[in-house]
Amino acid sequence: MVRYLVPLIVFLGVAGFLLKGLELNPREVPSPFIDKPAPNFSLPKLHEPEAQFASKDMLGKVWLLNVWASWCVACRSEHPLLVQLSRANIVPVYGLNYKDEPDDARNWLRELGDAYVSSLIDYEGKVGIDYGVYGVPETFVIDKQGIIRHKVIGPVTPSALDNCVLPLVRKLQQATAQTVVKRTEVEGCA
Amino acid sequence: MARPAAQVHFILVAVSFVCLMYAFIYNDFSVKYVASVSNSMLPIQYRIAAIWGGHEGSLLLWALLLAVWTMAVARYSRNLPLDMVSRVIGVMGLISVGFLMFMLFTSNPFDRLLPAALDGRDLNPLLQDPGLIIHPPLLYIGYVGFSVAFAFAIAALLGGRMDATWARWSRPWTTIAWSFLTAGIALGSWWAYYELGWGGWWFWDPVENASFLPWLVGTALVHSLAVTEKRGSFKNWTVLLAIFTFSLSLLGTFLVRSGVLTSVHAFATDPERGVFILGFLVVVIGGSLALFAWRAPKVGVGGRFGLVSRETFLLMNNVMLVVAAGAVLLGTLYPLLLDSLDMGKISVGPPYFDAVFLPLMVPMIFLMGLGPIARWKQADLPDMASRMKWAAAVSLVMALILPFVMGEWFALTSLGFALAFWITSSIVVSMSERLRKTAGNSGGAGLLARIAALPNAYLGMNVAHIGVAVFIMGVTMVNTYEVEKDMRMEVGDTVTMSGYTFRFDGVTEVEGPNYKASRGQILVTVDDKTETVLFPEKRVYFVQTMPMTEAGIDSGLFRICMCRWANRWATVPGVCVFITNPLWAGFGVAPS
Repeated sequence: MVRYLVPLIVFLGVAGFLLKGLELNPREVPSPFIDKPAPNFSLPKLHEPEAQFASKDMLGKVWLLNVWASWCVACRSEHPLLVQLSRANIVPVYGLNYKDEPDDARNWLRELGDAYVSSLIDYEGKVGIDYGVYGVPETFVIDKQGIIRHKVIGPVTPSALDNCVLPLVRKLQQATAQTVVKRTEVEGCA
Repeated sequence: MARPAAQVHFILVAVSFVCLMYAFIYNDFSVKYVASVSNSMLPIQYRIAAIWGGHEGSLLLWALLLAVWTMAVARYSRNLPLDMVSRVIGVMGLISVGFLMFMLFTSNPFDRLLPAALDGRDLNPLLQDPGLIIHPPLLYIGYVGFSVAFAFAIAALLGGRMDATWARWSRPWTTIAWSFLTAGIALGSWWAYYELGWGGWWFWDPVENASFLPWLVGTALVHSLAVTEKRGSFKNWTVLLAIFTFSLSLLGTFLVRSGVLTSVHAFATDPERGVFILGFLVVVIGGSLALFAWRAPKVGVGGRFGLVSRETFLLMNNVMLVVAAGAVLLGTLYPLLLDSLDMGKISVGPPYFDAVFLPLMVPMIFLMGLGPIARWKQADLPDMASRMKWAAAVSLVMALILPFVMGEWFALTSLGFALAFWITSSIVVSMSERLRKTAGNSGGAGLLARIAALPNAYLGMNVAHIGVAVFIMGVTMVNTYEVEKDMRMEVGDTVTMSGYTFRFDGVTEVEGPNYKASRGQILVTVDDKTETVLFPEKRVYFVQTMPMTEAGIDSGLFRICMCRWANRWATVPGVCVFITNPLWAGFGVAPS
């Protein structure tokens, strides 16, 4: 008798997995950089190429690193939101100008407004490779210890900003050196 | 009551299908579905095909085909016992109810859009291809057709009469459904082959697998039904296969429509719909497997058979097909299993499938040559060996020589040829033995007449098996002798591959019904004689301004010439493919 039940039991097992599978998003590829230290870099600034920006200088601050380029169409659509964000003075936004001609990049910012405390020239895209950038724009949330806590792939949308990025930033800013805040603590980031 | 009910059901579903078709033909963009997949500039044949170009309409087509099958069963079952017919129609009716509810609650194709859209968003340009007109309907006829075998199996379980008769009744239905599914898959494969960017003729994409799984198990079912009918054995097994075949068709629907797996076919996905189909799946499959667990133990074993016999060969065929289906299913669902166990994200690609599939198919195809000449119940191995010695010799010689004739020798190529010739020559042996038997008493009738006098089922089987041989031949040739050259061509440039010279004669601008195209002209010559002219196009559709490429193809019996644009943005055609053998997938109908 039992052996005739085997097909049924196997099927119910598969059905269980399928139900679980419905809640998952197969298109979401998790970044292996989340909760890992942000790779250190030192790059010239877009507006004063003689001056270098070192990512180490940001230790102790929560900041956003937005990867952008003047050739990137989606960046154009996200930029006004970033400009608003920078005016609100909640969190410093730095730009990683990825594989771009500095002149084009400066013109682009003149036209659309500059959302960045400073933009850094990653002309050959080496820093982008260190950060695992596979599409532009991408935005990294980095905490006081220099650890990447979240990554937005594609343009930052108002809802992603309100539900995930800003709540996470606030929690990270309140955190002390002893407390660890992960993005899983913010509902909107899941 | 069942028969008239089936007819009314068909009429009602057909009316709603015709309504939707009317909305498409007359561009009624106040229907949301029409507005989302059609456009007033779309040519009429694509406006009709666009009915199944999206989720809601595909479902309606599915429901319509189910109604057609149900009505066909009601019509062609006059000589079946009434209680059996009503059970079969009842089961199919329940499946219909499930699909109609799914449509009504989650995906109504008649949802209104008020105020109406000025024009539609147009059919995805990728789908504007003759392939769309025939590939989905054929595939669906096959998918849905397995519901008949399923309904017969359930009816037999319910009635407790698991004798050879139900196998005899459901066998023709199963074979017809199987033939349609085969044709549908073959067409889809051809479509994917010439469409740039769909990964070639077969890519083990989850949705391709979803259609392949019912095919594998359905093939096993076709064979196992023969044993149950002729010898009364494998009864439980056949019922289980019938349940599995249709279950896998349903699972295919679930995988395509729910978005649990990533796929090139996932045109519209929605998790809420997924929950509904999953629930339906659990009720239908879980219910029937529970019924199986309850009723199957009471079924006795059938006729006994010896270790070497046709039953054994068919059993091995079944085991290998089901194992192959299991391997494909595992590979398809594996990423999902790991992900739901939080063990990481992976994807399973062609290397896995090739690695598990080939070793299973090679022995099966070897047995395919032996099975048909083995006797039922008890066969004699030395006798079979002596009957098959010429077939074996022919296939070995061809396997060794042919690759050299074609140019270069590879082990796998040789194996492919060996298998293809093995099947063909074993069919020749089997046919000539049969014909010799009839030669005496047919009084000198012509060879063709004597062939025609053989049983249809036997002929159908041979046609299907020859189809497999041709298919193996095609795959072998494409994998080994396909010549492809990637190059940039300026006007007047020529390139020669395997004796065929391609000359690029320039680009002209042409205007289609709903697109503008740059059409390249490529003259193909052999020894300065014109062979054919190819017209690869790059189209920009007016509505969804995505540039699309169309390959220029000319296919003959033994070679395909194909030329396509290197990519969507190129200004001159680039890639030329030349293949010495078309990929054929044969299929046969075996009405018994």
